[in-house]
Amino acid sequence: MPKLTIDGKEVEVADGLNLILAAEQAGIEIPHYCYHPGLSIPGNCRMCLVDVEKAPKLQIACNTRAADGMVVHTKSAKAQAAQKAVLEFLLINHPIDCPVCDQAGECKLQDYYMDYDRQGSRFPLEKKVHKGKAIDIGAGVMLDQERCILCARCTRFFDEVTHTHELAIFERGDHNRIEINPGQPVNNKYAGNVVDICPVGALTEKDFRFRMRVWYLHRKPSVCGGCERGCSIDIHHHRGRIYRFKPRYNPDVNSYWMCDEGRHGFPALQQETRLTVPLVQQKNELVAETWGEAFRRSAGVIQNMRSEFGANAIGAVLDARSTNEEAFAMKKLIKETIGSDSIATLTWSPPGASGDDDLLIRANKNPNSRGLAALGLPASGLESIASAVGAGKLKMLIVLRADLVRVMGEQEFVRKFGPLDYMLVLSTDANETCQMANQVWPIAAYPELEGSFTNFNGRVQRLYEAFPPPGQSLSAIEAIARLGHALDGVERAMSGDTVFTQMAAAEPSFKGLSFEGLGEHGRDLEG
Amino acid sequence: MERLLTRWLDIPDLRKLDVYLANNGYQASRKAFFNMSPDDIINEVKNSNLRGRGGAAFPTGTKWSFIPKDSKKPVYVCVNGDESEPGTFANRYQFENDPHGVIEGILIACRAVGSHTAYIYLRGEFTAQKRSLDAALADARAAGYVGKNVMGSGYDIDIWTHKGAGAYICGEESALLESLEGKRGYPRNRPPFPAIVGAFGCPTVVNNVETLANVPHIINLGADWYKSIGPEKSPGTKLVCLSGHVNKPGLYELPMGMSVKDIIYEIGGGMLGGKMLKGVVPGGSSFPVLNKEEAERAVFDFDSMRTIGSAMGSGVVIVMHEETCMVDMLRATAHFYHHESCGQCTPCREGTGWIEKIMNEMEAGQGKIEQLDLLNNISDNMVGNTICVLADSIALPVKSYVTKFRNEFEEHIKLGRCPFKSPQGRAQAA
Repeated sequence: MPKLTIDGKEVEVADGLNLILAAEQAGIEIPHYCYHPGLSIPGNCRMCLVDVEKAPKLQIACNTRAADGMVVHTKSAKAQAAQKAVLEFLLINHPIDCPVCDQAGECKLQDYYMDYDRQGSRFPLEKKVHKGKAIDIGAGVMLDQERCILCARCTRFFDEVTHTHELAIFERGDHNRIEINPGQPVNNKYAGNVVDICPVGALTEKDFRFRMRVWYLHRKPSVCGGCERGCSIDIHHHRGRIYRFKPRYNPDVNSYWMCDEGRHGFPALQQETRLTVPLVQQKNELVAETWGEAFRRSAGVIQNMRSEFGANAIGAVLDARSTNEEAFAMKKLIKETIGSDSIATLTWSPPGASGDDDLLIRANKNPNSRGLAALGLPASGLESIASAVGAGKLKMLIVLRADLVRVMGEQEFVRKFGPLDYMLVLSTDANETCQMANQVWPIAAYPELEGSFTNFNGRVQRLYEAFPPPGQSLSAIEAIARLGHALDGVERAMSGDTVFTQMAAAEPSFKGLSFEGLGEHGRDLEG
Repeated sequence: MERLLTRWLDIPDLRKLDVYLANNGYQASRKAFFNMSPDDIINEVKNSNLRGRGGAAFPTGTKWSFIPKDSKKPVYVCVNGDESEPGTFANRYQFENDPHGVIEGILIACRAVGSHTAYIYLRGEFTAQKRSLDAALADARAAGYVGKNVMGSGYDIDIWTHKGAGAYICGEESALLESLEGKRGYPRNRPPFPAIVGAFGCPTVVNNVETLANVPHIINLGADWYKSIGPEKSPGTKLVCLSGHVNKPGLYELPMGMSVKDIIYEIGGGMLGGKMLKGVVPGGSSFPVLNKEEAERAVFDFDSMRTIGSAMGSGVVIVMHEETCMVDMLRATAHFYHHESCGQCTPCREGTGWIEKIMNEMEAGQGKIEQLDLLNNISDNMVGNTICVLADSIALPVKSYVTKFRNEFEEHIKLGRCPFKSPQGRAQAA
């Protein structure tokens, strides 16, 4: 553990740490462009030059390991002059087109200019080198070569992480440019990451550009619901709409990256099919009703069914996209409040979905199948529910997030579940299953609720409510709690926090975990 | 003085194996393989004070001693034959006329550092030189000097020639290694140094052609004999590439420590047309220029040149007479470095182009007086702030030209034209 002094602060750091990371630990920022902790160290931008005592010249902090007794000055006159100089060099051929650049507001050229440069240009505008602009390099990524500072983060990402090598640097000197080989566009499932790691406006996302100035966006940590990997993400949103997903560093799940499928998964969460009011089937038509009516109606049906046919006449199907808390609350409702054993889960991935790869993508597209299993809910069980329906024993089904008609096909659904007397569907969107339901309750999608997912490795990670769900939609745990209240008059926990605490107390797999304790990177399930 | 590296001037057809053998050829290799241990060789070269001829003047024996003795990875010897510094033209003559002298140096270096594979990296334009080397290698291979079981020693050495694709930067040793590996010629960060992580991730010695060509002579005649030539700390002979405004430009093998004045007036036969000396570019275009006064007191060896703030570099002497436009000279130099910057490091990528643009204006008489300070400032911002020294290679010349020939820059600005290239001449200058 080397002990060193950075800007007069003594700091002890782990062996092998470079000066950028060591300084970070001391709360000191060393500006840098090309260095990225997830990639190799090229040392080309020269922004991180610092003064190391006893060294004959300035050293790049990215490629200098912290050593015992080292004395580093990041703000000496020499270091400051170099930082200023590098910024000036970076900007002389840069188009300075911030007003029309999507990176504005999250651009390291802008940020560092304000922090380290702040001088007028000494380079005439008309002498700038011109290169290609608005080049579609494939996979939804746009390239502006004039804004590029040639830090080579993108080429290194495709060389070192995806090993697909689509981008390279061509030409020489100030004519250097990032480019694809002719006729060979970027073609891999992680291309969006180069947009994230590009420190300037050279690489932008086709889907995002010109949609929103980034300073209007709020970010909320979350978990990608695209597959059972559960990459840590930030949701960037404005006024109840998501504009993009960005990967969030998690050393135990996804490192710095996420896949493009996950990244582009958010439009499915905010389609026009989102439900906004509770619905009830009347004369072959779904019509709105109030939540009060909805709960009373369902509770009445459940009570009648139970007294007439017994508790096992009521069952539930949970989709593996449900959160841990939703599944726990539903399990309690069915098993304890109603007293039924009929509970099944649905783990389904769309046909043609991508299979497992060796980076992040998992074939199982459900973010919480492991969580459902950890709660002791059967991985299948749908068949036994179907046969109970067929035998006339199961009369009422509560469906949480599962789009059974889409999964089974309409014919198969009618054949198996046609004999049901009553179906209550809790869903974010109006889908084909809702059309078959007696009651439909609008619920929050995962960016709109407090909860957690458990990934395939047993990593439990938190979901935060980025913004409220649309219309009168409720979080599913609140809907379940209020249905329970309508059944037995007992108040139930409605927040993710309290349900999680109950779950940790009741479920052996979740023993020892607390909602707050999940932190930024989540925690592993017991065992 | 006896010629060592230019023996071919005295011995016709030295490039042929039989002639080379008849003239003491491969005797040094024999001695190195059968009478000396690797440590003996390294010590002999260390004792000789032989210093690298590529420009950095690093002690060769010391460089060899950095190679780990018990390397589990293969060790490589790379010969830097990228000769591309403006003003240099020595290595090409060696490849053409004394290829076996180079090969022998490689064999001894391989034996010293425990290497079984050597690469000769040639600049892209060296087509004829590669042909000459390849022919010599084929002969040496057929005669058992290269390949399996070298001279019956049980030691294998393969030597390959490899041509670059025309980039000055590939003469920088780490860019050379990248290029050799088939990658873009980008200089590498150090550490790690090539002695630990060189070609293909293995310990590697990179030596200049001329450096290695000295080695057989040192092995044959001994370190003490070698040290008797020139100054003790930087001994031996040097291939000097004399060009510019002298009567007899050309390649000369001279003992270290000759005065630049003698090189111009004795060796070079004096100034062309009897004109006045204005300045000298010593070492190569990447080193500070000397004005008349400095040139006339300069002594041409590694240490003496450093005392006057320049360097002997790769042995270049470009002589300029009174009618040379120093602004244009710097403009041409700036153009070269702008063209050859690999573009990896920000200060060099952007600074070289900026300097050339200013110099284009300067030479056209459209410069401004403030730009002289700007040139100095840009140079200061480049020096020492990049991975390799290409940035320094233009920044230091800029500072030297602007300081030493400031009056010519001012003249261009004042007249609004180049006084050397227009019929009006310099008349109104003062």
